[in-house]
Amino acid sequence: MIEVYDLHKTLGTQEVLCGINLRVHQGHTHVILGRSGSGKSVLLKHLVGLFQPDSGRVLIDGENIAGLKERQLGRIRKKVGILFQSGALFDSMNVGENIAFPLRESGLKDEDLIQAKVAEALEMVDLAGEQEKTPDNLSGGMRKRVGLARTIVSKPACILYDEPTTGLDPIATDSINHLIRRLQKRLKATSVVVTHDMKTAFHTADRIAFLHEGRIYFEGSTQELRDSTDPILVNFIEGRSGESD
Amino acid sequence: MVIRLLRYIGQLAFLAGETATSIRVAPMRWALLFKQVAEIGFGSQLVVVVTGAFTGAVFSAQTYFQFHRLGMDSAVGAVVAVSMFRELGPVLTALMLSGRVGASIAAEIGTMKVTEQIEALRSLGVHPIDYLIVPRILALLISTPLLVAECVGLGIGAGYLVATKVLGVSKAYYLTNMLSFTTGRDIKMALIKGMVFAGLIGFIACEEGLKTTNGAAGVGKAPTQAVVIASLVILISNFFLSFLLNIFFPAGAY
Repeated sequence: MIEVYDLHKTLGTQEVLCGINLRVHQGHTHVILGRSGSGKSVLLKHLVGLFQPDSGRVLIDGENIAGLKERQLGRIRKKVGILFQSGALFDSMNVGENIAFPLRESGLKDEDLIQAKVAEALEMVDLAGEQEKTPDNLSGGMRKRVGLARTIVSKPACILYDEPTTGLDPIATDSINHLIRRLQKRLKATSVVVTHDMKTAFHTADRIAFLHEGRIYFEGSTQELRDSTDPILVNFIEGRSGESD
Repeated sequence: MVIRLLRYIGQLAFLAGETATSIRVAPMRWALLFKQVAEIGFGSQLVVVVTGAFTGAVFSAQTYFQFHRLGMDSAVGAVVAVSMFRELGPVLTALMLSGRVGASIAAEIGTMKVTEQIEALRSLGVHPIDYLIVPRILALLISTPLLVAECVGLGIGAGYLVATKVLGVSKAYYLTNMLSFTTGRDIKMALIKGMVFAGLIGFIACEEGLKTTNGAAGVGKAPTQAVVIASLVILISNFFLSFLLNIFFPAGAY
């Protein structure tokens, strides 16, 4: 389970997160919605220790990771995997080597077992047999899938998705949405999805939190969000800027 | 300006401290180290060999032109050898490496930074210092003294050929004087300077790469900064290092 209490973070002169409280229950998918620049990705990166909060606590399975040193975070990061917005594939390695990387780094030496796990991860993201391709020969959607395969290959208890569908066409977006849902069923992982895409939010979420001006403005089920009459939420859901020609 | 300089020195010292900690506590990635030694050491040979040989050749010729008027032709070998060991070899090798290797390290690490690859490393439980910095610094520390030796050797060899084959200096006098005035202290000074410059190039290049921001513009700026800063630091530190090392390895003493 992931818990966040009174999280504050200032970047430069801007206070990006102003007292965030959040609980993500085991096995659930929690979507964090918000406009671009609202601090969603910053919040997500706190959950795996890539950012350190100015104040507040981040608990992973009851252990506070705020203030832990980089070397102490290693064992937390074995539990929590993150899919980056760009996929963040290592461009000096091919697809197979990228996915095998966390296995080799964790000390696994059996090459047959590594290759079997790589093949299984690629099959889970519908890219079976693509081990030899290099990252520069992959489309945006494929890069995200390979990034996801690298995240799930060591079977983390929790998967964080940073804008998993941004920059993808509608078909690729739908495919990634189904993939997130399928992985959740198959791996039973706790998931946190950061997005501003309503289709992704409604397709994948058990619960939704809406981040606005550095605070959780709304938290509830997908149905509660749909039924809301709050103008800020309604404008966001319907994509209305309030401007006219 | 002074505060910025002190802050920069502090950042380099912090990076050096983190690297020393990593070498002590983290497992060594031998494959990455060998790969870097091949890229940095083996791959830099051509540029170092050409620089050393032509500098030795032209230095020998210029020294001859001046010494010939004083009837000191046979002293050319000693001057070329001592200068190559104590100053030209280490400095020229370091300047060439800062251009070839420092720029490449800063660009590669900078690109990894802006494309979230370094965050990806961290998220997979791999410390970027262990994976990226330690192999590069160690490879530089291993390779640079060898490259300095190569540069000096080629410089002295080319100087010998120019002086004896082209300018007609006596081979026997040239070699005798060169061997009388060149000692083990000169070799030690060259190797120590090479090690110090290797550390400076490595830490400056890695620091510039790690602090890259602002996308493609930042990646473009990182190698330029790395080369400019490293080159200036090499030239300035060489002045002080020469005086310091001269206390331990005095020139011309027997």
